[in-house]
Amino acid sequence: MPQIAQLADTYSSQIFWLLVFFGLVFFLVGRGMVPKVMDTVAQRDSQISADLAAAEAARNEADTQEKAWRQRENENRAQAHAMVNEAKDKAAHETEEKLAAAQQQIDAQLAEAEHRIETARSAAETEIQAVASDAAQDIVLRLTGMQIAEASASAAVRKAMIHG
Amino acid sequence: MAADQAKIDPMHQFAIQPLFGSQHWELAGYNIAFTNSALWMGIAALALWIFVFGGMKRQLVPGRWQMAVESFTGFVDDMLEANIGKAGRKYVPYVFSLFMFILFANLLGLVPLGVVGVHPFTFTSHFTVTGIFALISFSIVLIVGFAKHGLRFFSLFIPHGTPVLMMPLIFFVELASFMVRPFSLALRLFVAMMAGHLLLEVLSSFVIAGFNNGLLTSVIVVIPTFLLMIAICALEILVAGIQAYVFALLTSLYINDAENLH
Repeated sequence: MPQIAQLADTYSSQIFWLLVFFGLVFFLVGRGMVPKVMDTVAQRDSQISADLAAAEAARNEADTQEKAWRQRENENRAQAHAMVNEAKDKAAHETEEKLAAAQQQIDAQLAEAEHRIETARSAAETEIQAVASDAAQDIVLRLTGMQIAEASASAAVRKAMIHG
Repeated sequence: MAADQAKIDPMHQFAIQPLFGSQHWELAGYNIAFTNSALWMGIAALALWIFVFGGMKRQLVPGRWQMAVESFTGFVDDMLEANIGKAGRKYVPYVFSLFMFILFANLLGLVPLGVVGVHPFTFTSHFTVTGIFALISFSIVLIVGFAKHGLRFFSLFIPHGTPVLMMPLIFFVELASFMVRPFSLALRLFVAMMAGHLLLEVLSSFVIAGFNNGLLTSVIVVIPTFLLMIAICALEILVAGIQAYVFALLTSLYINDAENLH
């Protein structure tokens, strides 16, 4: 077994070179490079968690924004609704008023027209009576040569007109 | 292979040979020959450096290589955090180096470079090497334990709820189990790696010997042995990972004792 047979001859060289090379590994690789590698990993991990936190915050922000926007939107919509209703009401009211005024005017005109017609008719009637009594006086004068009083002529005319 | 062609020595693969005529190098009276073992330590260290360097691009979106390196550091980090807690972070460089160095050593020892005439040397199959790893881990436990808790660290050897009468006995039992830790840590890795390589070597000697013996033995011996070898190679790759993991896991558990007592 060389491990034991060569022990006396080789132990010092084994120990020396092991300490040299393991020392190199420990100081160059273990102390020099491994912390940097682990630092890179830690940096990456922290960046990932920071990015995740930022994304989470951005999502929350977007949620609150959307909620606010929705609220504002609803308010605007309600306001718009109210304005439309008001306008509609006002328009309906105005139309009604205008219609009423027009109706009134029409009624007044109608009444006046009726009144005028009535007046005209009665005036015409009177005129017809007068013309008819004149004509009756004239006819009687020409037929009989008798001069009749205007009053009796018109009375006769009125009687005839009533009896039709 | 061994000089003697007829007999294959399965232990020869563990023999340490000085390279480049360095067998007389000395430092303070101690021999520090640059051996094949040292060469493969260097190769493992270099391979590990290249592997981690490939993951240093520090991109926000990692590529495959960076992802692989990050998953290893993350694996060690998670293991330490699970076993020790937040205080475990400062041991990541050590446990990562330990785990990856052992893992690379184990895996490099399994690379079938013998096909092209180069023989990988599995230095984790030497208890001088695994023993040093175990001693470093054990020293860290002792240093951290005494630095953090002072003499209260000895309370580690008296579990909660021990009757006063039993305390001296339990203390020594626990102390013994504590002192055995570096040995079990070192021997486990050394034995697992040596056994696996020994088994592969013995089986491959069967294949070669059977092949040289003629057609009949080829069919009866070589084919089943070769199939078994393929399966054991897969198993050895698994063991290479598991032993590295076990070493690192036990180290982190022991450091947990020192860091948090009970």
